Amino acid sequence: MVKVIVDGTPVDVPAGFSALQACEAAGKEIPRFCYHERLSVAGNCRMCLVEVARAPKPVASCGFPISEGMQIFTDTEVVRRARRAVMEFLLINHPLDCPICDQGGECDLQDQAYGYGSGISRYHEEKRAVTDKDLGPLVKTAMTRCIQCTRCVRFSTEVAGTPELGMVSRGENAEITTYVQKALTSELSGNLIDVCPVGALTAKPSAFHARSWEYKKTDSIDVMDALGTNIQIQARGGEVMRIVPRVNDEVNEEWLSDKGRFSVDGLKRRRLDQPWVRVHGKLHPATWQEAFVSLARRLEGVPGEKIGAIAGDLCDVESLCALKDFLNSLGSSNLDCRQDGAWYDLSARANYLFNSDIAGIDEADALLLIGVEPRREAPVLNARIRKRYLDAGRGGFPIASIGQFVSDPTYQVEILADGPTALDALLKGENAFAEVLQKASRPMIILGHGALTRQDAPAIYAACKQLAAKTGVVVDGWNGLNVLHTAASRVGALDIGFVPGPHGCATASMLRGGVEVLWLMGADELPIDRISPETFVVYQGHHGDAAAKRADIILPGAAYTEKSGTYVNTAGRVQRAFRAVFAPGDAREDWRIIRAFSEVCGHTLPYNTVEELRARMADVNPVFAHVGHVTKLAAPQAIASQQEKDEDKSFMSAPFRSVIPDYYQTNAISRASPTMAECSKVYSVPRAIAAE
Amino acid sequence: MNTTWAPAEQPESFAFDDESEAEIVNVLKKYPEERKASAVMPLLYIAQRQMGRVTGSAWIPLVAMDDIARRLEMAPIRVYEVASFYTMFNTKPIGRYHLQVCTTTPCWLRGSDVVTEACRKATGIHHFGETSADGLFTLTEVECLGACANAPILQVDDDYYEDMDGPRTEALIADLRAGRKPEAGPAINRMCSAPEGGRKTLLETSVSSPDQK
Repeated sequence: MVKVIVDGTPVDVPAGFSALQACEAAGKEIPRFCYHERLSVAGNCRMCLVEVARAPKPVASCGFPISEGMQIFTDTEVVRRARRAVMEFLLINHPLDCPICDQGGECDLQDQAYGYGSGISRYHEEKRAVTDKDLGPLVKTAMTRCIQCTRCVRFSTEVAGTPELGMVSRGENAEITTYVQKALTSELSGNLIDVCPVGALTAKPSAFHARSWEYKKTDSIDVMDALGTNIQIQARGGEVMRIVPRVNDEVNEEWLSDKGRFSVDGLKRRRLDQPWVRVHGKLHPATWQEAFVSLARRLEGVPGEKIGAIAGDLCDVESLCALKDFLNSLGSSNLDCRQDGAWYDLSARANYLFNSDIAGIDEADALLLIGVEPRREAPVLNARIRKRYLDAGRGGFPIASIGQFVSDPTYQVEILADGPTALDALLKGENAFAEVLQKASRPMIILGHGALTRQDAPAIYAACKQLAAKTGVVVDGWNGLNVLHTAASRVGALDIGFVPGPHGCATASMLRGGVEVLWLMGADELPIDRISPETFVVYQGHHGDAAAKRADIILPGAAYTEKSGTYVNTAGRVQRAFRAVFAPGDAREDWRIIRAFSEVCGHTLPYNTVEELRARMADVNPVFAHVGHVTKLAAPQAIASQQEKDEDKSFMSAPFRSVIPDYYQTNAISRASPTMAECSKVYSVPRAIAAE
Repeated sequence: MNTTWAPAEQPESFAFDDESEAEIVNVLKKYPEERKASAVMPLLYIAQRQMGRVTGSAWIPLVAMDDIARRLEMAPIRVYEVASFYTMFNTKPIGRYHLQVCTTTPCWLRGSDVVTEACRKATGIHHFGETSADGLFTLTEVECLGACANAPILQVDDDYYEDMDGPRTEALIADLRAGRKPEAGPAINRMCSAPEGGRKTLLETSVSSPDQK
């Protein structure tokens, strides 16, 4: 620790801190534009000037290293005058268009101009104008507003790993531009809007819709991937206007994927806002009472084992718990949350979790990806891998993959093979990467659904476990055997036990006609056409997507922004989302629908409030009592017990295939979103053509 | 592509010729393999010289920058940033001869305005940055060339023509037009930066030699 004196107050800060960080530690706010704590230091805006004792002139605190006993003054006349001068320079070419600028109200330049701006301009020459750039369907540009802080350049180069933005020319002519006048090819491009301190980069889909102070802000959890990104839903007048990330260093740092950010307009389209009942082959609108009565009639006399339920990817644990309890009370154990047919070793919780936690990536020193493409399955997690890759320096974080990538992973990856047979070579030590894992002190394996949704998933998983045990991926204090999920609901559903009970049917057999009544809760990614024609389908969900068309009864539920729900991320972190707006029309929160219907058919569920339901969840699985945390369960023992299991250890030769054919169209909400549809259109163009 | 620093019309392809390749090999030897991005400026310059040699217009088209980015394993935008930042890299086509008039204070005091005017008159160019109608000359205004003792300076491609004035400038341009390249250096009677018309000081004493000491 180094002692520095900020405005007369001594503070102890770690060595290597910059003067700006030391000032922050002392509680002093330093204005800044170019400095961003998660990006490299550029030092080009000069707004963070402070005075340092014995320094001849004010210094840019963001890039000034501290030393023992250094005296920093953040609020002297010299500092104030210097900052005013910097502000005057920044405003020389900045247009006075705050009234029509979307950044207005949340603009760093606007805010700091209150403190340091001059009331009048001394500049009489012509202001410069810069042509706007086309950054694709998500980011709107007004480049004349740009103050050349280069945050966007550094973000796209460092965090997103898609170095497409740059500052060309110099002086008066300097401008930020892309190297292809095409959309940015990053799944994280929405974060550019957040890092831009002025109104140069703003959100295109929500342009001119609302002002930042009009929003009602609600904390929530993103469900577009299984990372559990912490988000804030900003709504106005009962309508979700936009979604921005919240800072959570354990999960998403402060980034959010484009799908999570820009799928919002899908929440207003193709919504199911009233119950529907199929009469004589046609769906007719109905009241809740009619729907419940006709469903109860249909269920009458159907034995429990002929009723089944499949949960989709966006469900909250509350509704899963209610549906499970309800089906159990009907005598059914035909439950499945794995609509993609994934296989998990359910003997221990650690077997289906991202055990090292997301932040564990920061410590890892070797990584093996198996049947996973993090960039498309969880872009923010991919940025974390890239961050680790950059921090570790050349060769410090070797990464290998079994399975090809569709898009550039943004870090160097050695492709060992296309299919699982490479695992044999690794186990036998024939592949050099086995040694890399062996030598690493924090080796990590990420197993994806490209591997787990295959017929030979048990064999692959067994081989992974063996490899993990052999190469020290799982040792005391470190469990680097990670499963990356693609569905936000999956871990929560597995935790609550939404899987076939003894003699219960799994997804495939339920589809094949193993059940007479099939309750689909938001399950749209199934092969709907394979549902046996005799099956009576109940669809409970929020979007008129694939499954709703096949349904015999539709029960309109709430989307994730419209209910208070619990989600468990891929690392097993239990997180709670709050309701931002009400569901449209007659749609209701999903657990309430099930609770209400359970009463209609005489199997009343024993909870009346969400608190009682959550108490029930904690009874089923104690992890639900620890919101915001990952409940660690010891894994090495589980490995020992599993190793002897005699299973079919043969691999199929087929290569791993991507589980996400189109990143922008993976669930009912993103499929209903015009923005995502446009992205899908723009980005499906092969890169070779886009580069022209 | 953005037209403020690179023209919309760009050649289809660019390939380094044998002479350039030989230079590139030498340049790359100067940098460790993992730091080869440092070679971006020499490579840009090699590309620019090759363009001058082959096409008569020493500029760097985007395809050449892309090729350099590939060779040095950098993002193309990083090469664009460098090429567009430095004024000595021409990102737009220029004439056969690049007339660079220094107009910084010493040259200006010594008559750079006259030199500029002579350039305009002899080439038919109206403004800085333009290329003459015959495609032979591009006139550029540059900042201090660091040869103030011999002001004013007119740099033609890589060569300094010093102690210029109006008639000498016109004569130089006429020579260039005729395909002759006069010897670079002072245009008046002086050696390098030594005083005009021979030595002016230390005339009485002979230069002391070591044995006289």
